[in-house]
Amino acid sequence: MRFIVRRLAFYLLAFWVSITLNFLLPRFMPGDPVTRMFAQASNKMQPEQIEQLRQLFGLDERPIWQQYLTYVQNIFTGQMGVSISRFPTPVSEVIGSQIGWTLLLGGTALVIAVVIGNLLGILAAWRRGGVLDSVFPPILVFVGSFPYFWLAMAALYLFGVVLGWFPIRHAFDAGMMPELSWTFVSSVATHLFLPALTIVLVSIGGWMLGMRNTMIATTAEDYILMAEAKGLTNNRIMFRYAARNAMLPSVTAFGMSFGFIVGGALLTEVVFAYPGVGYQLLAAVQGLDYPLMQGIFLTITAAVLVANFLVDIVYVRLDPRVRVS
Amino acid sequence: MSVTNPSETVALATADAPSAAPASSRRPRRGLLRGILGNRKAAFGAAVLLLFGVVALAAPLLAPGNPSLITAIASQPPSLEHLFGTTAKGQDVLALTMHGARTSLLVGFVVGAAATLVGLLVGVASAYFGRVIDDLLSLVTNVFLLIPGLPLLVILAAFLPPGIGTVVVVLIITGWAGSARVLRSQALSIRSKDFVAAAVVTGEHPLRIMFREILPNMASIVMSTFLACVIFGIGAQAGLEFLGLGDASVVSWGTNLYWASNDGALFTGAWWAFVPSGLCIALVAFALAMVNYAVDEVTNPRLRTTKKGRTRA
Repeated sequence: MRFIVRRLAFYLLAFWVSITLNFLLPRFMPGDPVTRMFAQASNKMQPEQIEQLRQLFGLDERPIWQQYLTYVQNIFTGQMGVSISRFPTPVSEVIGSQIGWTLLLGGTALVIAVVIGNLLGILAAWRRGGVLDSVFPPILVFVGSFPYFWLAMAALYLFGVVLGWFPIRHAFDAGMMPELSWTFVSSVATHLFLPALTIVLVSIGGWMLGMRNTMIATTAEDYILMAEAKGLTNNRIMFRYAARNAMLPSVTAFGMSFGFIVGGALLTEVVFAYPGVGYQLLAAVQGLDYPLMQGIFLTITAAVLVANFLVDIVYVRLDPRVRVS
Repeated sequence: MSVTNPSETVALATADAPSAAPASSRRPRRGLLRGILGNRKAAFGAAVLLLFGVVALAAPLLAPGNPSLITAIASQPPSLEHLFGTTAKGQDVLALTMHGARTSLLVGFVVGAAATLVGLLVGVASAYFGRVIDDLLSLVTNVFLLIPGLPLLVILAAFLPPGIGTVVVVLIITGWAGSARVLRSQALSIRSKDFVAAAVVTGEHPLRIMFREILPNMASIVMSTFLACVIFGIGAQAGLEFLGLGDASVVSWGTNLYWASNDGALFTGAWWAFVPSGLCIALVAFALAMVNYAVDEVTNPRLRTTKKGRTRA
């Protein structure tokens, strides 16, 4: 229990750092974002927007610590301001309508990559020097060397444009309304296939090699020898004895990689014009929509922190040693 | 690249600390450099890197003039005249790719070196001083590890004025934490060795202990951290520039991809506009990874793939 409380405190601290970063960035960076926005959209701006910007970027006359308190207070009450590019929609509403797509894409890709990668790693380590162990790793490392977004571009070009097997943009067919029907779900699935595939391809090698290396260390342990001496079946030794223990580092990596997957999904979303928060983040940057930008950054950070915390809780269940120390 | 030979430093360290394990219990290690050069993976990686290095250096000779100049008919597929074809604007893709290597490799190696250096300072200081300093530095490291990198990159790049300098600074800010964590754990295990304790007792200066006693024993892990950081630097730079957050007037592999995507190369079938730059990034990253695995294999014999491994039915 103490472990969980300590971790929770740590994640709260991390969240506080990103809030503070978010608050400080526009105030201490060279070049004033408001001026930049005025330069771009001065004739299109409403008086309310200008007023809002002033408040957001501390152009009101209050001392900085008062602005900071208001800022933190607003975040915890979910008031992240109003989007400039989609005025007058509140930032939280814009994000709320898109975070689901990112979670769907990133989550699907992560789970598939983890399951297949770990299985390959277990099998490769079990038969050191075998076909699986000598053929797959170099190929996967090479594929993993490609930037996420480039593989996405290549897949889009090959399977979307040239062969025309999969749709090339958005999350579902134009003219559809989100509903729980077979046609809608299958449309979502076909749109999800290519982006998820590219993320899986790039990340699977890391999972496989990580698992392979811990498995190799684990198979040298005495209790594996003991299990062999007892005459247990191979599959039982491999999965229940060796892999079970070699899984632990993978569990931590699972939590950490959630953040990387969100990052990878960002670029993939941009290539496929997939309507997640990553795609929106780029649109916000291009439209100099600073409130939306900051809101998306905080949302992604919060999601990553929550995911890591959940993984920590699972870890305590899996590894009793954590509870003792 | 100069790497301290760890077998020498190990010998030195043992001489410093008489209570260290007797030499007989430890097999004499071959030199790190010699071991790496004799490794097939490393030789392949080094050859590829060398090739790219030469092309990057010789780009002004191989493709004279400004590569962004419009010199040909737009959107030409590869031909004898333009080996890699031309962009939608009529620039020569081969020239763009060769000149792109200069920026991409330079930024990658600068970021790699700087991120490793910051990580090394934080990691070794953390391990050496322990207690409050370790707690504090580890906390900062873990927080930076946890905050999702690419969104932070995007946010930072959006606020800072665009340019190569910004890209480098932003990548160092988001890239150092991983190396700090790896290097700290290695430094911790060396910190607990007897020869370090002996140095502390004899009243050596902390800086001297950190850099002359601990650091030389970390050569292999510092090198693999550096290689990993360079891979990160090249890839993340390409990502940022692809999003249009770099300086779009600079020629690099990332901006080449940005323009290819902007000019609709994907939809007009101009695959030659985006394939070369992406392939180059992948080849360099793959070559670096190969050298990295070779370093691992040479220093950690357990990972070596042997043909006579466990055989089970």
